[in-house]
Amino acid sequence: MSELHLTIDRIKCDGRGLCAELLPELIHLDDWGYPIIAPVPIPNQLAPHAQRAVASCPVLALALKRTIRSK
Amino acid sequence: MSNLRLLAGPDLSSGAEAFADHNSRLGASPVGGRELIDTLTRSGMTGRGGASFPVGHKWQSVAASKRSAVVIANGAEGEPQSRKDRLLMTTRPHLVLDGAFLAARTLRAKQVVIYVGDQHQAAWAAMARALAERPEPERSLARMAAAPHRYVAGESSAAVHLVDSGVATPITTPPHPRDRGVAGAPTLVQNVETLAHVALIARYGDAWFRSAGRRGAIGTLLVTLAGAVKRPGVVEVEAGTTIEEALAIAGGISEPSTAVLLGGYFGAWVKASNASELPLDAAALHAQGLSLGCGVVGVHPASRCGVCDTARIMRYLATESSAQCGPCFFGLRALSDACSRVAERGTNREDIARLKRWSVEVQGRGACKHPDGAVIFLRSALNTFSDEFAAHPAHWRQQPA
Ligand SMILES: Cc1cc2nc3c(=O)[nH]c(=O)nc-3n(C[C@H](O)[C@H](O)[C@H](O)COP(=O)(O)O)c2cc1C
Ligand code: SF4
Repeated sequence: MSELHLTIDRIKCDGRGLCAELLPELIHLDDWGYPIIAPVPIPNQLAPHAQRAVASCPVLALALKRTIRSK
Repeated sequence: MSNLRLLAGPDLSSGAEAFADHNSRLGASPVGGRELIDTLTRSGMTGRGGASFPVGHKWQSVAASKRSAVVIANGAEGEPQSRKDRLLMTTRPHLVLDGAFLAARTLRAKQVVIYVGDQHQAAWAAMARALAERPEPERSLARMAAAPHRYVAGESSAAVHLVDSGVATPITTPPHPRDRGVAGAPTLVQNVETLAHVALIARYGDAWFRSAGRRGAIGTLLVTLAGAVKRPGVVEVEAGTTIEEALAIAGGISEPSTAVLLGGYFGAWVKASNASELPLDAAALHAQGLSLGCGVVGVHPASRCGVCDTARIMRYLATESSAQCGPCFFGLRALSDACSRVAERGTNREDIARLKRWSVEVQGRGACKHPDGAVIFLRSALNTFSDEFAAHPAHWRQQPA
């Protein structure tokens, strides 16, 4: 089974906050404006939104990773 | 302990053991090679730099690459209360070098870097002198590099970054240094105490390593006893020795104690009543949700305030953030400010609630584990000193550091 996850390069991330606007189901911002990502695989119906969030990150800090999980 | 291993040999006060004396006492170092990796794996030894990672496993992954490797001997020892790495480098430099060159030959390394904390002058001098005593080709394979006096400079990717670019700040992982480190080469970053154990395991084997240890633990380890101890300093104990037994070697505690800070500033506070029976062993402590870290046992005297000391340490850790990651830089600063407010102006519900929430939110959100270490430490303080945090008076100014 494969799962889709969001990963974030914490050094690149500037806390612009676009990702939380585009994917509020999985991303919210902490008190300083930096994203907190829900620690769950991305549900299929949210995958296009996740893709859009990744593409919109102005500093390219957000990425999607597919991991294979053995049962 | 009668059967010292790393600290066996001439009196420690006589300084660095010379190469000739080291060789006549222990015999020349073996060459190393693939079978050493299996021996290390069988020994079950874990790293002594703080993360307790299995040594054999790390060598295996570096060896798996076709490229020739780089070896970094990590003697940064940035943990403020730790003394064991500099004691080892100052008195037994050739054990560390034997381990580093065994790694170099086994992993076909083209470069060995002896990475020593800038502030540890005696250790630097001893390592540099020892290196000059080594024959070729070892001497030209290795060089010294100074770790800046910052807490995060000893983190493995920061060590790689220093060697690559002269800047000792962590870099984003993965790739981990063992896959892609110095100039893209697979890089073995290994604590100097770990390397010293390797030097002996290569000579005497994994069964010998396992023959020391108590209560199911294996090997020996260096422990720094700090704080309210009669004779603070470094002792070598069998793994599994309890904190009480280790303290007894140092003459016991020097005044009544309420808590022990186990594992340094990245460790955890433990109530003194629970601490004495704890075994000094990475695996056993891990099973109890604690960590051995780099082996610091800091005895907190009852005369000091746990809340104020926690605030001081949080201030230090916040200052030591490399300021690259938002949650670490802003988060630790905010946590430290809230801690200081409780210490200085007295407890208040808002700050206690913030400390609890932020110390969970910040975890896992840095490029390196610096914020994780800091919030694990803080959460242990909120537990161990829960009464003190709940009723803290405004008294910080009255407490001398
Ligand atoms: C913030 C931070 C600081 C560290 N400082 C040191 C250090 O001063 N010395 C050290 O040996 N390891 C330090 N480490 C651990 C290293 O990253 C690494 O795990 C270790 O050097 C690997 O060697 P070992 O497996 O032999 O323990 C630090 C880790 C972190 C997250
Ligand atoms: S987590 Fe903190 S210390 Fe580590 S790289 Fe990021 S800012 Fe620096």
